[in-house]
Parts: sequence; structure tokens; C-alpha cells
Amino acid sequence: MSAIIHIENLSKRFNEIQAVNNLSFSVAKAEVYGFLGQNGAGKSTTIRMLLTLIRPTQGSIHIFKKNIRTSRKEILKNVGAIIEKPDLYNYLTALENLAIMAKLSGLNPSQKELIQRLERVGIAERANSKVKTFSQGMKQRLGIACALIHNPELIVLDEPTNGLDPQGIADMRNLILRLSKEEGKTVFVSSHLLSEIEVIADSMLIIDKGVKIAEGRVADLLNPSDTLVQIEATNRQDAFSIIRQSQWNNFLQPSHKIVLKMHRKQIPQLVKYLADNNIDIVSVEHKHSLENYFLSLTTANQHVATYKN
Amino acid sequence: MWRLTKIELFKIFKKPRTYIAFGAIAAIICLVQFALYVDGNTYMNFMLGSIENSFSVEGNLLNGYLVFFIILQTLLVHVPLLVALVAGDMIAGEANMGTLRLLITKPVSRTALLLSKFFASTIYSVLLLTFMAVLGLLVSMMIFGTGDLMILKSEKILIIDHADILWRYFAAYGFAALSMITVAALSFLFSVFAENSIGPIIAAMSVVIVFTILTTMDIPFFNHIKPYLFTNHMLNWKGFFDRPVDRREVIKSALYLLGHIVFFVSLTIYIFKRKDILS
Repeated sequence: MSAIIHIENLSKRFNEIQAVNNLSFSVAKAEVYGFLGQNGAGKSTTIRMLLTLIRPTQGSIHIFKKNIRTSRKEILKNVGAIIEKPDLYNYLTALENLAIMAKLSGLNPSQKELIQRLERVGIAERANSKVKTFSQGMKQRLGIACALIHNPELIVLDEPTNGLDPQGIADMRNLILRLSKEEGKTVFVSSHLLSEIEVIADSMLIIDKGVKIAEGRVADLLNPSDTLVQIEATNRQDAFSIIRQSQWNNFLQPSHKIVLKMHRKQIPQLVKYLADNNIDIVSVEHKHSLENYFLSLTTANQHVATYKN
Repeated sequence: MWRLTKIELFKIFKKPRTYIAFGAIAAIICLVQFALYVDGNTYMNFMLGSIENSFSVEGNLLNGYLVFFIILQTLLVHVPLLVALVAGDMIAGEANMGTLRLLITKPVSRTALLLSKFFASTIYSVLLLTFMAVLGLLVSMMIFGTGDLMILKSEKILIIDHADILWRYFAAYGFAALSMITVAALSFLFSVFAENSIGPIIAAMSVVIVFTILTTMDIPFFNHIKPYLFTNHMLNWKGFFDRPVDRREVIKSALYLLGHIVFFVSLTIYIFKRKDILS
């Protein structure tokens, strides 16, 4: 598959802060590419460099095999974006906002066509209402209509589910999947939630402090054989000794808690083994090792925040 | 470019704040006209008090031309604020709403985007002056009639024949437009640094006020810098109401203002093209 986005050695420095450091990745055509990282990891900076809002300190960005510096206008004709929150003119109506976005993209659609676009996102009945009267969900829908008005090949969404209610989040996920799987669009979506990326993305990249931590197919990165299983038993020492005397010892992770790294489908066998050896199991928790790692990044940051407070 | 400028004009005239300027100008003009209509004679007696003993003054002196001249002297000091209100909001306002990043992600060059915004500010400034001219001159002519224009200067009394007045107003209108566009360009420049429109508006007005004070203060030290202050040249619309008109001085001031506009806009484009949009 051909790469729609190709980024090489991209870096951005704001005075003393290295926001993005030597980042390289490629996004294939028609895939949903998840860009995962905690807040402040460098996601938005990278997206802003992709969209020419920020000039990189070093590195190159190629979109549709063209350099963003030299072919900016040509590239942006085929890119639709929502950055953090939908950017709209609150004092204008939904129809007027959409018409402006269409004109900025070089189109001149009729009122009927604009209404049809609003119908697609379910806000046609509010076409002539000022945006300042809209809920966050409605603004997000209008933002999507604006981002897609010129039928772009590449859609860049920065934290698209922020501030949405559960129904809005589900609608956004369905829309992303429909755009990719049914309409063949390439979607580059950032999030700080692994659970969100996990359900929509084909590939993903994890970024922390501006540096790439992991990249690959979601199915590979979230391989079930890398599941971390944590057992809580009434007598932990007995449980430890039973495990150490068995084949399960090979899966035991260095921890004061009972943690084993294994394939997810082996969990019932482990539970049965412990039960057969009279170990009273209080709970069994499992999570993917990548999720555990990602959570540790977030938790570490939270500790810093708590300490500072 | 015209397509982008139309979009910018559409946005300007959809904003309620745009009409504050038109409302303020209408209010001031109507108040001056009403006051002169009701008590114009008192004003004229006060104005002519020192010269009526020496000269016999006859005819319709309180005519539409004089009323508009009074209005211009009162208003042209305040119009820059109204111009800055819109021009200062052109970039900073978009940054504040978050729509600036949206505009940058569209297939439009930053230079074209800025120029369209500047042209829209220019059209707004010209429309504001046109509104002022129509309401101030035409309505005053209808209410007070026409006649010769008598202007009292510090050292002389100038009487301009009524047939020789209109072209002077048109020329002064063009010069005032140039002055207001200079203020718009200055506000525009400040707008590129800010993420809310209050900062650029206050900054532009502060510069205009400080420069105007320096222009009007008769202190030898300031006299050296006066020729370089654009506010000094902004007042030269009055040059069209001299006889003869000092064309050389007026053209020099006009070119000076034009140079300022080109400098301010070029600097804005230079900065904006290199600016990281973080809003």
C-alpha cells in the first residue's frame, strides 16, 4: 500500500522544550492511524506541523508523496481537519459556516447541497441557527461537516471525542470507521485513550515526551500473548510458592504482586491450577502489557502533578 | 483574492461590533447637527465675536459646508478608534475563536489570507468614512443649505467660495481614507501578535494618542521627530482648506502615509508567514 503520510526525523523545539524529537512514521492509504499519547506528549504539535500551522525545527513531511513545504496548497486541497475542537464562527449560522468553509476550499455549492451536507451529520433542522446556540455535540457534527465539505482524501482528527457524551463518542467512532472502510479515506486520529484507538485504528503509534515509544499494527501491538495477569489470593505466599513449583513459573514477572505475562486464553488454566492447589483467589485482573505501559506513563505524570500540587 | 476578501467582508458585517462604529458616528453627527440647528446662532456669535467689530459679515454662514467642517474636526480624532476596533480584531479575533488555525489549514496562502483581511479592513474604513461624509455633508446641506465656507485660522480668516468647496471635501475624504487605512494597518500589525482583540486595539490607539500628543506639543525637542510621526501627516487633510493648497506638502504627507501602510502590512506578512499558530 502507498503511504499517504510520510514523516521523517521530525522535530520541534519551543525554546527550552523539545516538543517532538526525531519522529518518523508512515500512514498507509485508507487506514485509520491512531496517534496515541498522554496530554503534552507532542501529539498536537505533530498534527499542527502536518497541517502547516507550526514550522518544524527539522525533518520532512510528505503527504500524497509531495513535500508540505513546497506543495502546501495542493496538499491541503485534499485534507480535512478538526484540531482539538471544532473551529467555528459562533456569530454565524451553521449554513453560513459551512458555506465559508466550502468557499475557502475553492468550492461554490448551492444552498441545497449545503443543507444535504448538514443532513448527513444530523443538524439540518438547525441550519439557520447561530452556532453560539449549539451544544458541544452539535458543534462537533458541524465541525465534521466543515472538515468533509470538500471530500478530502485525508482526514486529520485531533482528540475528536473530547467533550462528547457517550452517544457522541459512539457516533464519532462509527463515522471514522465508515469514512475509512466504506469511503476509502485515510484517517489520522489522535487520542490519549488506548481503549479508543484500540477499537478504531488499524495501525497506531505511541508517543511520549515527543519520542516514539511503539508503532505497528494494532493487532500486533495488542497481541493477546502479551497479556499481563494479576492474581490476588487470600494467601499470597502460598500462591507464589505453588506457582514457582510449576510450569507457570516461566510466566512470572518480577513484582511483589502475583503478575504473570502470558496468552490471554491461558488464564482459565492458571485459575484452575491455583484452585486445584487450594489457593483462594480473590480476583483476577488482566490487561495488555502495552496498556500497562501506557497507563504507567499516565500514572507517573499524575504523581508528578499531585506532588506539585 | 476577491473571493477571500468577500468572505472577510461577510464576516465583518455579520459581527455586531462592526455597527458600533456606524452607530457612534451617526450619533455624534446627529448631535452636532441638532445642537447647531437649535442653537447655531449662539455658536456663530461666539465664533465671530472677535471679528464682528472689525468686519461686516453677511450671508448664510452657518451652512452645510461649515457644519460638516465642524463635524470633521470633531470626528476625525475619534474615527481611528473605530477603525482599530475592527482592524485589530482581524487576526487576533480569529486566534481567540480558534478559527485562525482552521483558516491556515485551508488551501490558501498565508499572504493571500492576510492581504484579503487587510483589504476587507480597508473597505470597512472607507465605508465608514463614506457613511460619515454622506450623513455629515449631504444631510447638513439639506438641513442648513449651502453657502461660502468661512474658516477661522490662528492668523487669518479664510472664506472659500461655495462653488470652490466640494472638490476640497472630496480630496479631504481621500486623504482621510489614507489616514484611516494607516491606522488600520497599524492595528493589523499589532493584531498578529495577540490572541484577543483588546490588546491590538489598545496598542494601536495608544500609539495614535501618544504620537498625536507629541504632534500637538510645541516643545523644541519633539519638533525634531514630528516630521517622522504619521499622526502629524494624518492631520494634513486640512491642507485642502488652505488657499492656495500647498500641493507639495499634501502629496508629501500622502506619500508618507502610503509608505507607512506598505511598511506595516509588509511587516505583518513577514511576521505572520513565520509565526507558529499555537492558539
